[in-house]
This record gives sequence, C-alpha cells and structure tokens, in this order.
Amino acid sequence: MHIVVLTKPVPDPAAAAERLGPDMRLDRAASPAVVNGNDEYALEAALKLVEAHGGEVTLLTMAPPGGADTMRKALAMGATRGVLVTDPALAGACVRSTDEVLAAALRELTFDLVFSGFDTSDGNAGVVGAAIAARLRLPYLSNAAKIEPEPDAGLVRVRRITPTGYDVLEAPMPALVVCTQVLGEPRYPTLKGIMSARSKEIASRSLADLGLDGARVGGAAATTEVLDSRKPPARGATTVVRGSAAEGAAAIVSLLASRRLI
Amino acid sequence: MHPVSIPPSGHRLTDEQVLLRDTVRELADARIAPRAADIDRTGEFPEDIRRLLADHDVLGLPFPAEHGGVGGDLLTVCLAIEQIARACTTSSLILAVQDLGSLPLRLGGSPEQLARWVPPLASGETLICFGLTEAEAGSDAAALRTTAVRDGDDYLINGTKRFITNGSVAGLVTVFAVTNPDAPRHRRLSCFVVEVPTEGFRVARLEHKMGIRGSPTAELELTNVRVPAANRIGEDGDGWTLAMRTFERSRPGIAAQAVGIAQGALDAAVDYARQRKQFGQRIGEFQMIGAMLADMDAQVEAARQLLYTACEVIEAGAPDAARWAAMCKLVAGDTAMRVTTDAVQVFGGYGYVDEFPVERMMRDAKITQLYEGTQQIQRLVIARALLGRGD
Repeated sequence: MHIVVLTKPVPDPAAAAERLGPDMRLDRAASPAVVNGNDEYALEAALKLVEAHGGEVTLLTMAPPGGADTMRKALAMGATRGVLVTDPALAGACVRSTDEVLAAALRELTFDLVFSGFDTSDGNAGVVGAAIAARLRLPYLSNAAKIEPEPDAGLVRVRRITPTGYDVLEAPMPALVVCTQVLGEPRYPTLKGIMSARSKEIASRSLADLGLDGARVGGAAATTEVLDSRKPPARGATTVVRGSAAEGAAAIVSLLASRRLI
Repeated sequence: MHPVSIPPSGHRLTDEQVLLRDTVRELADARIAPRAADIDRTGEFPEDIRRLLADHDVLGLPFPAEHGGVGGDLLTVCLAIEQIARACTTSSLILAVQDLGSLPLRLGGSPEQLARWVPPLASGETLICFGLTEAEAGSDAAALRTTAVRDGDDYLINGTKRFITNGSVAGLVTVFAVTNPDAPRHRRLSCFVVEVPTEGFRVARLEHKMGIRGSPTAELELTNVRVPAANRIGEDGDGWTLAMRTFERSRPGIAAQAVGIAQGALDAAVDYARQRKQFGQRIGEFQMIGAMLADMDAQVEAARQLLYTACEVIEAGAPDAARWAAMCKLVAGDTAMRVTTDAVQVFGGYGYVDEFPVERMMRDAKITQLYEGTQQIQRLVIARALLGRGD
C-alpha cells in the first residue's frame, strides 16, 4: 500500500515568533520552521498503516527550498521519501494555487491513499485536502477518527466524526482522507531514524516539471490578498494558585465570587 | 516555552545533531522529567526509562552502526546525555555508563569481541558497567588489589569492586585486575569482560547516596570468577592504558551531565523568578536575583562551549586529549555545583524542600565533582599536561 501524506512547514508555534513581513507574506526568517502539527498526526496514521499492511509513505510538500530541512524530521519518523515542489513563482500562492499545484504533483505519483492534516497552524484554511480531492475526483473522507484500508478489496473504511458521534464511510481506493488528532499521538523519531533520514530521497519539482505556468498559479495569480494582520489582544494577568486541591478550589471559588461570576 | 533561544545548527552542530538533540530533549521533557522526583524518592532503578531510551535508540548512540548502534560521535553522545540530565541525572547515567562501561571494549576489543558483545549493548537489551574502583583504589587506580591469575585457557578473578554504577543491573562488567604484580605500575593491569550472573560473582550491597538515588551503586564481590582468556580486552598488561584512554572519552560525558543539571536548575530558577512575587513585584526584577540568574546563564554557556570544543578536539585525536577531557569535566562539574546552589538560593525556602526540583539537582550535582576522577585529579591531569609529565 502506498500512502502520500501532505506535509507543510509552518512557523514553530513553540517559538511564538510568527509574523508577516512588509509584503504581508510570512516572514520565514523570523521563526524556525517545523512540520505542521496536524500533518504529524496524519503521518503517524500513515506509518501505522504501512507497518500493518506493508508499503511506503511518501511526503508531499510545497514550500521554499528550505522546506527540505523540515521534511527531514518527518523522514526521520519513518516516511520513505519526500517530494518537494518548490519554485520562486510560488511565493505568495493562495489556497487555489496550492491545491492545483499539489494535485498536479499527485498526478505524477502512484498511491492508494492521500492523507492531509485537519488544517495548518499558519494558514488555517482547512480546505486544501477537499480541493485536491475535487480536482483529482477522489473520494473525500473527512474528519477521520479511524482508517481501515482493505488493500485486497481496493476499499477503505473511515470513521468520520460528526457532532453526535461518527459515521462509517466506505470508498474505493485511491481516496483522500483528512486526518484528525483522534487517530493518535505522533511518535518521536528514533535516533536511527534521524541518522538514516539524510540518505533518504527528497525529489525536487518545479512548476515547469509539473507542466504548470508560473503566471497562472502562485503569487502572480493569487486570488486573495492579505491587507492587514493583528495580534489577538494580550491576555490579562495570570494568577497561579498553589496548595492542596481543597485550598486551590477555595481560592478559585473566592476569585470567581470576587468577580461576581458565581 | 524556553525562555531563551537554543543555538540552531550551523555554528558547530550539524542538522542531524540538532534534530537528535531536540528529539532527546522532547523525549526527556515529556517522559523523563515527570518521573524524576519519584525516581529520586524511591531510589529504585528506573527500568521504564531504560526501556524508553532503548526503544528510541538512545542507548545505541555510542556504538558503531555495523553492530546495530547509531554511530554517534563523542559530541553527539554528549548532546544526548546533556538533554537527559536536564530532566533527571539518574536517567542520564544509564546512557553515560553504557558509554563508559563499553569504552574499553570499543577502544581495544577484537572484531570478534565487538561482534559478540556490542549488538545487545546497542539495542539496550544488556547494560554494561565499569569495574575499576576499589575501596583502597579510587584516585590511585593503579593500586588495585583485584587479581586475575591465569589458569589454562582461563583467568581466575578475585577481589572486591566498590562504587560501581549500575553494578547490580548490568549483564556485562568490565573488570580491571592485576595480572602482572611485579611489572611497572602501568603494565600491572589487564581488562576483562565478565558476563554475569556467573559463579563466584555477587552484588554484595548497594550504597545509600546523597544524589543520583535511582542509579544503583554496587559493591561487587568476585570470588574465583572463571573468565576465558578470550574475554580479555587487548593484551595482558594493557589495562591501565585502556582505563586512561577510556577517561579521555568518558569524562566529557560527565561534563555533559553536569551542564545538563546546571541548565535544568537555571531553567527552573528563571521560571520561578518570573512567577514568584514579593514586595509587590516579581523577584526576577530585583537586581540581586537578576544578577544571579545572569551569572548562572553565562557560566552554563561557558561550560557548554568548553565541553563541545573538548569533544571536537578529542574526536580529532589531539595528543592532549586527557587535558581537554579533564578541563571540561572540571569546569562543568564546578559550574553545576555553583549553579544548582544558586538556584536553591533563588527559590529561597521553597528551594530547600522537595516541592521543587532544585534541591534534587543540587544533591545530584555534587557527584559530578567526585566521580570519574575527583576535581583534584582533573587538576592534576591538567597540570601534568602543562608541565610535561604525561602520566
């Protein structure tokens, strides 16, 4: 079984240094990049499935050339190889371009399943997976809490989380699955995985390689424009309550009462 | 969030070393730090942490890839020890002693010996300890009384080893014993790998210690322990040289542990100084506290950079490797003691009780000034290198 996992480098949330540059695009020098957290959950789900069924996991990333460094950690977790779509014309690409480019890259690959994370911690659009499925006419299985492929039957069953419980969906493969954190915590790379990641292949693809026109996708053809960006208002002062559970409860009740909240 | 930035790759660390260091740090923060107080309180060897380190190949770091290890160089091993020690000194000793105990084998072992013993060590299935010290032979390691007498194709080993870290949990013991009582001081010893349990080998007792309380420090009795001559590492009489070459590569590991302990204490003190209020302001805003934190930070970074330089110099095969090993251990050990003591001071009365980790770190720091050569021995090694007496 062959699974492609969409992985995006995003500013490290732990560094809390994400900001836009004067061109209203992400200032990539301001913050170290990491693999998008939700994509790591998708990768973990993919790794577990190929461990159970055999097969390979390919990472697919659209990013500046530095994206290869970020992919190394995902390769260290156990992915087989990476494909990095990178092209200067892609700077400032909007969601519409992103899904068109990733769909074009997927057309070059052989796969049974494509996994995407629920959304990314920088863009937060959460629609790229759906748009790719639409472009490639793949079955679209969203909000997955459990993924059960049956390679011999060419089918995949997915538990899709709903507001009241879950649905069980079945679709022929290839299919696209949007993964949730319910699938399980991502693993730490093993140290052998880290040492072997450097020798794994990361294939680079430009827009020309994919037969795409840099004037029609990417920054020049962006359908949206960021006009302004503001930080959320600062949180108020934090009060730390120490002591036993009973003392803590009493202090919290007294605080809430003093604000007339209870 | 970490209050200050952690140096990225580029200056001296490779991308892999940075990823490896950060992975070990995340593992230590998430899985080891929450166990540290309990390990200290119960004084029990943390088998779960040994398993965790083995499962993530951390215990395979010092071993060559062809025998199932990760093939990390000295600096990489030290990066891992440092990050584990930041969370729990006892846990960092599992890796440090796996490194120490196996060094004579890695330095002087034959291809057959490496193929036989390294794979279970690299996988972490088997632990190894370093059996040099005796009750009457601490700093003066050549004064060993344990003997190994040739008996056909075997040796018979007799004696008592003391202060042997992980001595009660190891499956292999590197034992140094006198094989040539009449030879010059530096040709008297030979080094053997003893597979335990074996007849005549007994863990006589465990020490009750001030710190590193989850790490079993054992007294080992060897009574007519029969070891094949094939278990001798190197030639008869190579023991002293193997021990000294071991220290050139193991002392940086203890320096790494010391840097880790100091960083852990500094992180805790900074967190506390940002939260704790007295006289209506955060105590970190008082100049006296701020100055202490600044001194601690500068000292930790200085010790770390000396350690990293020492690792590079030793790995490159410098003729004065022993001096570099002694310098980094001396500076880092003293830094750990000073910084942890100051961390307790920043916490005030809270630093003296086990509600916070700094009292444990202060107790743990002390051992780094004592083992693998006291600080006085480190100075002796450095001075001899300066004055041109190489022994």
